[in-house]
Amino acid sequence: MQITVDMNLCESHGQCVFAAPEIFSFDDDDRLVHEASPPDALLDKAEKAAAVCPARAVTVSPASPPAAP
Amino acid sequence: MRAADQRELVVVGASLAGLRAAQALRERGFTGALTLVGDEPHPPYDRPPLSKRVLTTPGRPDRTELPVPNGLRARWRLGRAAVRLDLAARAVTLADGTRLPYDGLVVATGSTARGWPAGKPPAPAGVVTLRGWDDALALRAALTAGGPLVVVGAGFLGGEIAAAARERGLDVTLVEAVSQPLEGSLGPVAGAYVAALHREAGIVLRTGTTVEGFVTGPDGRLAGVHLGDGTTVPAGTAVLAWGGVPSTGWLAGSGLALDGGVHCDPLLRVLRTDGSAVPDVVAAGDVARVPQPLAGGERLALGHWTNAVEQGTAAAATLLAGQSPDGTPAPFAAVPSFWSDLHGARIRSVGLPGVADETRVVEHDLTGRRLEIAYHRAGRLVGALTIGRTGRLASYRRALEEHLASGPAPDEPGPA
Repeated sequence: MQITVDMNLCESHGQCVFAAPEIFSFDDDDRLVHEASPPDALLDKAEKAAAVCPARAVTVSPASPPAAP
Repeated sequence: MRAADQRELVVVGASLAGLRAAQALRERGFTGALTLVGDEPHPPYDRPPLSKRVLTTPGRPDRTELPVPNGLRARWRLGRAAVRLDLAARAVTLADGTRLPYDGLVVATGSTARGWPAGKPPAPAGVVTLRGWDDALALRAALTAGGPLVVVGAGFLGGEIAAAARERGLDVTLVEAVSQPLEGSLGPVAGAYVAALHREAGIVLRTGTTVEGFVTGPDGRLAGVHLGDGTTVPAGTAVLAWGGVPSTGWLAGSGLALDGGVHCDPLLRVLRTDGSAVPDVVAAGDVARVPQPLAGGERLALGHWTNAVEQGTAAAATLLAGQSPDGTPAPFAAVPSFWSDLHGARIRSVGLPGVADETRVVEHDLTGRRLEIAYHRAGRLVGALTIGRTGRLASYRRALEEHLASGPAPDEPGPA
């Protein structure tokens, strides 16, 4: 999967770090850093991180397109 | 799931908690009829920007709508408040007389701003509150017209409004009844820090006093605010930001326990006045008074963004539990968190600093805009707050999760 964070929207709330510390963290200047291509096993956590971001700055793109409904 | 799909679920409250509950119901496979009721005419929108960029952004204000997923398939009943709940008949009545029968109900009506007390001489035009989108547009227009502005209440909302108005160059007086802003929720150290931020930004902070009445100009509009210490502050606009009241008026007479919010059990099911839980009625968000393990099980209503998200999702899980192979939902035990942005300082917090009996200051640097405080109660960590150190919060939050997982503190009495 691919993770993108819109740093123009990010307000360093930290909710994504709480939800998925394997993917998101802060540097010493309180700026968010993240893994761009974490393993797919972390998809649920990544989606939770996107859902709890108050700034809606986190986008998760699964590696392969989801199956048709 | 076939039998469950015949159910009709109703969510009263079309803001963050209600929307997230509805979303979670669909995500958990509910395919029956879903109705969302909202007293405002607007589709769901986000409230935190209302006291921040909606007030400060020049030109047309940004829209702050919340994304509604395509798959929600909800019937929307907007602009019509719920006025009555009949638990025996399992039906909600709306202001226009519409009757909505339900098999499951989510109560997510939020709270309203506390207004000027009815027993006092009425407030003149120019005295306002801020809760909804229309309030924010009106306040924005008032700020554009000019000051001076008096904000009554230096909590998060009042502080943010004062900061926004100051950013726009208005003369701002911020009035707080206790000795420091946010003293009750964050303690005196963080309160004094925030007070310094306000004063540095040029806000006149008046603590230990409150508004007694108003001066009305010849045009009948607000001209000044009388304070309890005998002084009068000139004002073109005054914002009452001295707290909210859970929106439970429509539940009066339903038999539910309503003081301080709708009382809930740990699964977010609402409670009758005799303490018994109502099957298939759950509550979430600002309106819900839920047992908080970090507060020794005391029921608290938390008006935080993340609380609305977490409780909306958890309430949906409880509502579907009877029909779901997943079985019994776990008691609600999310770690609370909240934030505020003041004069460029990012205040971030986890847990419940307001229930602490001890604060431990780890770092305190006003010029560097850095602050780190750990909050304890009976020797156990119950919360943490940082400014400019958000990265430090993650370890506190993990500790709080472990605290919650280890069960209730043995020294705490039962729910109030």
